Amino acid sequence: MAKLQSTLLNMFLSLTIICIVAGAILAGVNMYTTGPIATSKAAALEKAIKDVTPEFDNKPTEDVYMAVTGDGDSLKIYPATKDGKLVGAAVESNTKKGFSGEIKVIVGFDADGKLLNYSVLQHAETPGLGAKMQDWFSTDKNKQSVLGRKLADGELKVTKDGGDVDAITAATITSRAFLNAVNRAYSAFSGTDGLTGATSKSSTANTREEGGKNNE
Amino acid sequence: MSNLKILMNGIINENPTFVLLLGMCPTLGTTSSALNGMSMGLATMFVLLCSNIVISALKNLIPDMVRIPAYIVVIATFVTVVQMCMEAFVPVLYASLGLFIPLIVVNCIVLGRAEAFAAKNGIIPSAFDGIGMGLGFTLALTLLGAARELLGTGKLFGLTLMPEQYGSLIFVLAPGAFIALGYLVAIVNKLRKA
Amino acid sequence: MEYILIFIAAVFVNNVVLAQFLGICPFLGVSKKVETAAGMGAAVTFVLTIATIVTFLVQKYILDAFGLGFMQTISFILIIAALVQMVEIILKKVSPALYQALGVFLPLITTNCCILGVAILVIQKEYNLLESVVYAISTAIGFALALVIFAGIREQLALTHVPEGMKGTPIALITAGLLAMAFMGFSGIV
Repeated sequence: MAKLQSTLLNMFLSLTIICIVAGAILAGVNMYTTGPIATSKAAALEKAIKDVTPEFDNKPTEDVYMAVTGDGDSLKIYPATKDGKLVGAAVESNTKKGFSGEIKVIVGFDADGKLLNYSVLQHAETPGLGAKMQDWFSTDKNKQSVLGRKLADGELKVTKDGGDVDAITAATITSRAFLNAVNRAYSAFSGTDGLTGATSKSSTANTREEGGKNNE
Repeated sequence: MSNLKILMNGIINENPTFVLLLGMCPTLGTTSSALNGMSMGLATMFVLLCSNIVISALKNLIPDMVRIPAYIVVIATFVTVVQMCMEAFVPVLYASLGLFIPLIVVNCIVLGRAEAFAAKNGIIPSAFDGIGMGLGFTLALTLLGAARELLGTGKLFGLTLMPEQYGSLIFVLAPGAFIALGYLVAIVNKLRKA
Repeated sequence: MEYILIFIAAVFVNNVVLAQFLGICPFLGVSKKVETAAGMGAAVTFVLTIATIVTFLVQKYILDAFGLGFMQTISFILIIAALVQMVEIILKKVSPALYQALGVFLPLITTNCCILGVAILVIQKEYNLLESVVYAISTAIGFALALVIFAGIREQLALTHVPEGMKGTPIALITAGLLAMAFMGFSGIV
């Protein structure tokens, strides 16, 4: 077959046809992959929630609500309940104070406001330094770990800033940013009504949190 | 030229990374570990193979004056297909390669092979050229990723080979990418001359 | 204040070439002389700014509006390719002097991944139009800065004695690595 000449009609037709076919292929693949993409994202979120909260029997992703933080922003809270009682919640928090770009974390608290676990969802921190935050703050060594801390006693701060959390070696900025995200998560969690509606145990926790807040 | 020769040409004589020095951005940007480098190489190879086949099949239907835009559309289509499939089925990998997946479109290797080889040869040789060039690229990226991962963290494909504190973090960071590639190119130069 | 932060972050801290690895091909290819490096830098600044504005508007008012997000890569690259052609034609007619200075670099810009990279990045970062423009200009300035500094070093390098195997690209890459190390010193200032 001879090569098509570069006449206006030929050029127009061949480009148009190629574009239409390309568009159709992409639309098809898009339709095919939208489902799996949504499922894998939902599965990742569900796993993160499960990792950071106590055992629950509800569907936190369906009960999600927004809560306002101390600095006026609002964050997503996924409440975890068991037999109708609130046992904790996962808070999706973020901070823009990171070394490079936004850091997104999900932080889990139990009904008393104790930090249970966390998971770093997204970050662009330096590999080998700031990127260590997933392991660093959950390793029980010196004053590294933030697990089990009660933020009602005051915001978490790195030791350099007069707090009692050891910053990641050579990555103080990332550490500060990480703690900022955690503090914001707590501020959203403690400021909501989710706690008062639950058991008496959590309402005492709530008063303690109020006390903690006044100290700031 | 036999198909085997075309294949080997892409892997050794005209290795896109070490010899032709094409597609440097993903080469440096995605090789912080051997696995990332290899995945990026394979994604590029898939696009290269598909676009080479399609362009070689369509070469007579595309008028000369609009061939570049037509090639770009074909390449961009396959890149988007790869992008969507990776997001759906290997989200972790997709997150770590990030921006460099859509940027396969502007990887000079892909457009370069379309223009220099697929537009002038039949479908079968073009497919072999795509595989050869793709393998060469994958090999180079895996090698660079492995060197950086080993020197930087003491690991290889995630397996610890030496204690992490002996690693020099700089190789995982941006400057290490340039330096490691510089030495690799120098070694390849030396080997080719010998 | 926010715009100044975007500017400093894009020029120094997250330098497009030395930290984000975008636009490496021209960085290695046209950095043998300071003069051509400056020309390339100017051409990239010009095209990057226009391309970012156009792709931003296309994303907001066409792709998002009609749910065609999956056409992002394909439409952006076509827009950039068309834009580069148009800029070339217009410059030729309107300002022959500017065309003389930038003309040879324009065809190379389509495959400069920092253009497509920045166009996609501003969408991912959810910047508004003004922030996108500031980010695009700052990125381009960062690119030009890295390119000119690098070209200056390479001019000196051409006169020095380099071991046989390291001549050409290897030594250039290692120099770029040292430059990247210097730019790492900026990190943490924003």
